[in-house]
Amino acid sequence: MSIEPIGTRPRRTFDPTRIMIYLVLAVAAIYYLLPLYVMIVTSLKGMPEVRLGNIFAPPVEVTFEPWAKAWDTACTGLYCEGLKVGFWNSMQILIPSVVISIAIASVNGYALSFWRFRGAEVFFTILIFGSFIPYQVMLYPLVIITRELGIFGSLTGVIFIHTIFGMPILTLLFRNYFASLPQELFKAARVDGAGFWGIFFKIMVPMSPPIFVVAIILQVTGIWNDFLFGVIFAGTKNFPMTVQLNNIVNSSQGVKEYNVNMAATILTGAVPLAIYFLSGKYFVRGIAAGAVKG
Amino acid sequence: MAHQARPHPYFRNLNAKVAATPMILTTLVVFVGCSVWTVLYSFSASRALPVNEFVGFAQYDRLFNTSRWTKSVGNIAVYGVFSLVFSLVVGFILAAFMDQKIRFENTFRTIFLYPFALSFIVTGLVWQWILNPTLGLQKAVRDLGWESFTFDLIAHRDTVIYALLIAGIWQGTGFVMALMLAGLRGVDEDIWKATRIDGIPKWKTYIFVVIPMMRGVFVTTLVIIASGIVRLYDLVVAMTSGGPGIASEVPAKYVYDFMFARGNVGQALAASTVMLTTVLIILIPWIYLEYGSKKPK
Repeated sequence: MSIEPIGTRPRRTFDPTRIMIYLVLAVAAIYYLLPLYVMIVTSLKGMPEVRLGNIFAPPVEVTFEPWAKAWDTACTGLYCEGLKVGFWNSMQILIPSVVISIAIASVNGYALSFWRFRGAEVFFTILIFGSFIPYQVMLYPLVIITRELGIFGSLTGVIFIHTIFGMPILTLLFRNYFASLPQELFKAARVDGAGFWGIFFKIMVPMSPPIFVVAIILQVTGIWNDFLFGVIFAGTKNFPMTVQLNNIVNSSQGVKEYNVNMAATILTGAVPLAIYFLSGKYFVRGIAAGAVKG
Repeated sequence: MAHQARPHPYFRNLNAKVAATPMILTTLVVFVGCSVWTVLYSFSASRALPVNEFVGFAQYDRLFNTSRWTKSVGNIAVYGVFSLVFSLVVGFILAAFMDQKIRFENTFRTIFLYPFALSFIVTGLVWQWILNPTLGLQKAVRDLGWESFTFDLIAHRDTVIYALLIAGIWQGTGFVMALMLAGLRGVDEDIWKATRIDGIPKWKTYIFVVIPMMRGVFVTTLVIIASGIVRLYDLVVAMTSGGPGIASEVPAKYVYDFMFARGNVGQALAASTVMLTTVLIILIPWIYLEYGSKKPK
């Protein structure tokens, strides 16, 4: 997919249709950028300025106090230890979930593209359509299952849940990618006596860095942004950053400190935003992967 | 009685089967098993814990006589219809404009798509702040001198759902735009040449030629947005917590609250079964359309 402009350059600068196009796009861009701008300026103001001034006005006196408070001392209902707790919890959830879910899904995808066995496609089809089922339908039985396994309310529990719900899209992604590799490669390796795992580790994995990057982006953004599974399965002391953020902002006690809230909001959004701005076309490929039917 | 050379069919391809075990277990236990369990126990008299006392449609009867549930269903219907129409229309228009060989295409795309990288919690909290009547947009415009300007959607029972809509559309339209743009790029260049030769205006070509050709993209996008709408939860929690009163409650929140906060599992399971049915109503025609007739393309 080419993302560079193609064809001849626009002929005239004063074509009214083109001006209209740019105008519409510019107005839309303002709507999309406004919240980011408001978040940033609010987080840099002191509370008196927030109360008296205009939310769109740039800060008169720039202060990083709200950022420090959001990170270090903001109160989440019971504790006043700031968002840093949530940040580390999210990291502890994120890293194993991403590694495990991608490891399992890549092997699944590989088995589905090269080692078809009877029934494999049926399971796969159910898995894909299953991914459209609202999570709410499966929540309670999963609470029972994780409780029976002794992992409810723990990091292991929430990692387990992320691995399960990451499986459909990741398996689809890897299956489609591996299916696009030449079959001859696989056959040649078979003739040379390579087995299931040998072909996977020596041929498939080294050929697939791009799809691993797409999978990592997809999983990091998805898991970092999760709220529901974190609040149910992680347990109070392991709440991820999104849950803590919501507790900080929507906690009913005391005076609302909008500047601290906005700093906390930016801090929570920073990880997926960084991934987004750094990854560019891989991010688009990742989200489009969900739309491409297998 | 297996031969030496040919292993029993069950053991053929054993490595692949072992490797696929997590997928098979997830499919059978989670997606099929858990859903069936939920549907089954939605007919039980479960309160704080699931019990094996089955009471027919009693839970559903109660569900549809609960004003909070009917309000939730009404809300999701309004939210769903507006959000589908807006995101498809706006997403397509933005994509069509982006496809006019414009400059700064990458910049525009980056701007339109970045909200999609943010969580619904972040989205909800930012818009809660912007739409805050006493300190947000309303105050900013009034300070400029327009004293009677009113923009307090979030504070009123009958308009709060539109506040959610503004935030939801902000978060998701970029994604629709990206899908539509990919679809437009897939349209054969010759179509444009042919219609240009015939002197058909561009907007007509879009409506009568290009959009019908992009049927697949539209249907897929529709299914993806629709199944996202049914799940709507985090945004409401972050932005309004279902308030004022019960004015912005949604079905997914009903399920969560009855399951974990109110200890009424039976109600929660009945509500989630209704959600499942809704998704099936969306999905089955789609599966039928996409996979029912296996025509070579």
